[in-house]
Amino acid sequence: MTNAAGRARRHGRRPGPGRAPTGPAARPRPDARRSPLLRTLLRVLLVAAFGLGLATFVPGIGQAAGEQLVGTLQTSRSGPIDGVQMTVTTPDGARIGQVDTDAQGRWEVDLPGPGQYVVTLNSDDLPDGVVLAGEDSRTVTVEEGRRQAVVIGLSDGSRDGGGGSVRAVQLLVDGIRFGLLIAMCAVGLSLIFGTTGLTNFAHGELVTIGAVVAWYINVDGGVPLVPAALIAMLVGAAVGALNELVLWRPLRRRGTGLIAALVVSIGLSLLLRYLIQLFYGGRSNPYQGVGGGRAVDYGLFRLTNADLTSIVVSVVVLVLVAVMLQRTKIGKAMRAVADNRDLAASSGIDVNRVILVVWMMGGALAALGGVLLGLSDQVQWDMGFRLLLLMFAGVTLGGLGTAYGALVGSLVVGVFVQMSTLVIPNDVKYVGGLLLLIVILIIRPQGILGSRVRVG
Amino acid sequence: MSELIDALAIAGKAALGFQAIFFALLAIGINVQFGYTGLLNFGQIAFAMLGGFGIAISVSKWGLDFWVGVAIGLAAAVVLALLLGLPTLRLRADYLAIVTIATAEGLRLLFRSVSATPVTNGTRGISDFNGQFLELAPWPTNERYRLLGTSWSGGELWVALVGWLLVALACLLIWALMRSPWGRVVRSIREDEDAVRALGKNVYVYKMQALVFGGILGALGGMVYAVGTGSAIPDQYQNANTFLAYAALILGGAARVLGPVVGAMILLFILQFADTGLRALIDNGVIPEGLLTSTDVAQIRFVLVGLGLMLLLVFRPQGIFGDRREVMLDAR
Amino acid sequence: MPADPMSPEPAPTGAHAASLDRDAADGAVRRPARTALQDVPWEVGVAKPDPAVVVDGVTRTFGGLTAVSVDHLEIQRGGITGLIGPNGAGKTTLFNLLTGFDAPNRGTWTFDGRSLAGLAPHKVARLGVVRTFQLTKALSRLTVLQNMLLGAQGQKGERFFGALLPGAWRGQERANTDKAMELLRRFKLDTKKDDFAGTLSGGQRKLLEMARALMSDPRVVMLDEPMAGVNPALTQSLLGHVKDLREQGMTVIFVEHDMDVVRDISDWVVVMAAGRVIAEGPPESISQNQAVVDAYLGAHHDAPLTVEEEDRVLAQAEREIAREEHVADGEILSSDVPPEERTDR
Repeated sequence: MTNAAGRARRHGRRPGPGRAPTGPAARPRPDARRSPLLRTLLRVLLVAAFGLGLATFVPGIGQAAGEQLVGTLQTSRSGPIDGVQMTVTTPDGARIGQVDTDAQGRWEVDLPGPGQYVVTLNSDDLPDGVVLAGEDSRTVTVEEGRRQAVVIGLSDGSRDGGGGSVRAVQLLVDGIRFGLLIAMCAVGLSLIFGTTGLTNFAHGELVTIGAVVAWYINVDGGVPLVPAALIAMLVGAAVGALNELVLWRPLRRRGTGLIAALVVSIGLSLLLRYLIQLFYGGRSNPYQGVGGGRAVDYGLFRLTNADLTSIVVSVVVLVLVAVMLQRTKIGKAMRAVADNRDLAASSGIDVNRVILVVWMMGGALAALGGVLLGLSDQVQWDMGFRLLLLMFAGVTLGGLGTAYGALVGSLVVGVFVQMSTLVIPNDVKYVGGLLLLIVILIIRPQGILGSRVRVG
Repeated sequence: MSELIDALAIAGKAALGFQAIFFALLAIGINVQFGYTGLLNFGQIAFAMLGGFGIAISVSKWGLDFWVGVAIGLAAAVVLALLLGLPTLRLRADYLAIVTIATAEGLRLLFRSVSATPVTNGTRGISDFNGQFLELAPWPTNERYRLLGTSWSGGELWVALVGWLLVALACLLIWALMRSPWGRVVRSIREDEDAVRALGKNVYVYKMQALVFGGILGALGGMVYAVGTGSAIPDQYQNANTFLAYAALILGGAARVLGPVVGAMILLFILQFADTGLRALIDNGVIPEGLLTSTDVAQIRFVLVGLGLMLLLVFRPQGIFGDRREVMLDAR
Repeated sequence: MPADPMSPEPAPTGAHAASLDRDAADGAVRRPARTALQDVPWEVGVAKPDPAVVVDGVTRTFGGLTAVSVDHLEIQRGGITGLIGPNGAGKTTLFNLLTGFDAPNRGTWTFDGRSLAGLAPHKVARLGVVRTFQLTKALSRLTVLQNMLLGAQGQKGERFFGALLPGAWRGQERANTDKAMELLRRFKLDTKKDDFAGTLSGGQRKLLEMARALMSDPRVVMLDEPMAGVNPALTQSLLGHVKDLREQGMTVIFVEHDMDVVRDISDWVVVMAAGRVIAEGPPESISQNQAVVDAYLGAHHDAPLTVEEEDRVLAQAEREIAREEHVADGEILSSDVPPEERTDR
């Protein structure tokens, strides 16, 4: 979503592993009033823990008394950026404080207490040549006594400096990477729709679950990312299977209508999404041990090794999926069920088994997509939900229910979204993607590869 | 015990305050679209945002009269409904769902973007536009009044009064519409639109009317919310609110005139009671600190809403007061 | 269309009775279509003395499959035309095309000399061409009476703003209710008027759908398998109602599999196979027609799917996906599933 250069140059720190407790069970919150001794003790421990942690990268700060938000704005080319207005509000929009960054690019805002806050950077104050790499604001959850660092990605254009056509090539490559990633997540969505008729709004959460599981294994478990990603795929497949076995198969058996099922999937999406936030928190975290973000020059464009890996993995996996659909018995059965479920059932195909495999495959692919997304954009609790809209755009563009349509549509969406930043600001690039969706629906309602839907 | 009563009183206030009105109006709009006509508008919040920002921008950016702002907000909602409906209402139901959900997210991103800052103030949003409305209150708006064990400001009371009048009017209108032949046609479209086409009705036009009408109600809801909070901030209009409104509608019973209103009140009551209650329990140490913290409560509410939505649809799709037999007839 | 023949004078029961013993009655008076078609040769595409519907060169393909390809077909006014053919012959697709529910790749078709090409379904219906569906479309959560009232045309209360002025539509609603009740009595559904349509039996739904179609005073009624899934007790009554339509001067086109039924009530029979009209003529001509016999014997008529069928399904899915891969633009229609199956959810 954001380009690699911006990512590489993000500043400020995020909590390292083992320093701050991360699991919900470990999250301390001092008991109020009833046991002052315990409360004080806990608080001292907390402050000590946080202070120790903070001390490792913010020298001279050990006395965190109240909650604070802090950060530093700088890029490699511009150096520290001063005089940029930072605003902190509650999620409801109530203003907490507003400061300008100092000569070192630092800023800090005192908070009234723990909770969720939204930090917004006034991008009008950025010097020439420095632009936002992503959104201009970030929502953070601050725990008690915590001095929370906030990262807002900036890009000084040093990578994009090579003029229009080079930048276009760069964006094209970025777009292809992003599109392949969307495609991988969306293949399952499309096949589930094709085989069961379900428009699964909870598919984004499969993506998030994959990314988050891999993060816990990778960061907390200290496992390298590749095995962590493989385990995450297994978990994703299991979650997909659970979805089917516990929820959707019984619902189909009850004869639940498709629209009711759709609303159920929305409920499931809310449930899972906020459960993930409850466990994982509102932070965004990177994976560990994936190397620096230095981009390698390939002539017309540059790619970080992570991005290159992402492209290669996506292509390999998508080719494997295509081969499976094309050559294997189960793949053919999937397409037959998606094509005409009743006909397939009456010709002896075990439809329920096929659907179960589709769910498992979709879950595993979505989990892998989540890991790749986390690799490029960090792991966040609502990353899948935000991607879901683009997945829908891709699937709809390609034609609902067709596996290859999802691939083509997603590529178009990914490339379009990235390329559109040539003409529109970075922070509204998704809007461009969504507009494309609407325009295509007007011109070609059945999608690029879809069958013609009767127009009444 | 007193904390329990306090929590009940605060929840009661929530069920009567402008937020309940906001959700009631959103849900009434969704009821027209989804409950009666079968249209899946998953971007109702976008209409509310246009309503709220219609007033906010008109008044504080363009210096227009408050009521002109209301008209602009409503007009914007109509235009949005037409734009959404034109390409999608001829297609299968999911297309509208996908396009509306995308639009709600896209519009919010657009409103909070840097490029839109000159008009919308970006993420900071707009405030100070409801003065003209509050001046109309027959009582002082900055004094506080005790009501049902909670304290209300005069302004809150005034917004709530006007808001509930709006809700009542909307319900009356829908009651009249749904017992008319127009209502018969849209309910038939929900059942089977091809049958309705075969009987010479222009299904497209009826769907469009339902979409526009529901969108206007959503915009009114957004206006009540904006005037109630006194500010219009893009991030207030998260699309999760649309799903809350769906939950309210299904809770109260879809395709019933009062369903969405009762549903919104119950939903707000439960949400607020859960919120206050959970926080009290955590503060009192009844819920051990390792299990939950007060920062988790906001998320817990959404978890509960999601779970509730699923359970309702699976086990009681007719809502609390609905007739199960009627729902079971839905053969699709 | 209001000038149309459903005059209240001839009591429905009388007309019904007359149609039942039609052989005894004066055929020339009761069955003008039969008489008019007497001298028409039994040829495909033959011109009729007084055609209501004329189809010319209509082709509809789904992917590589040609679902319908009709060179020329005329439907006699005031008669009952039976449309028969093995499964997949394109009968329902032809219905969809004629009523605007589907668009052909090419071709023209007219009703009373007026082209229907490109008309939306509701406009076709307003011209007086109404249809029923193979799978009945009773509106489940509306009452039987509400179902009927929906069929009435030109209702003031169906406009959004008109609906808000009850005074403007109440009178019309009352008249429509009377008319609906009369039809319901005729179809013996009057006792069910306040029941949800979803609670009716399959046969009663077929009756309701037909009665509802009659509320719009149609001139052409197209019935897609009106007898399918109806229990034998109701079949006779349904047949009687179809014949009544003819007595009232309507043109009836119906799809049916049961040859006895077709022989009993049709004035003219059109046989389709593989999308084409392969024979037409009076009912007695059909059973001797070699093309018809071949078509029926050559097709898996209602046979259960076999292993070969399964392979065929898989191969077909494969072909479609291959097509999707190789062809990047143009009208790619990757499915031979009738559009309804894709869109009806």
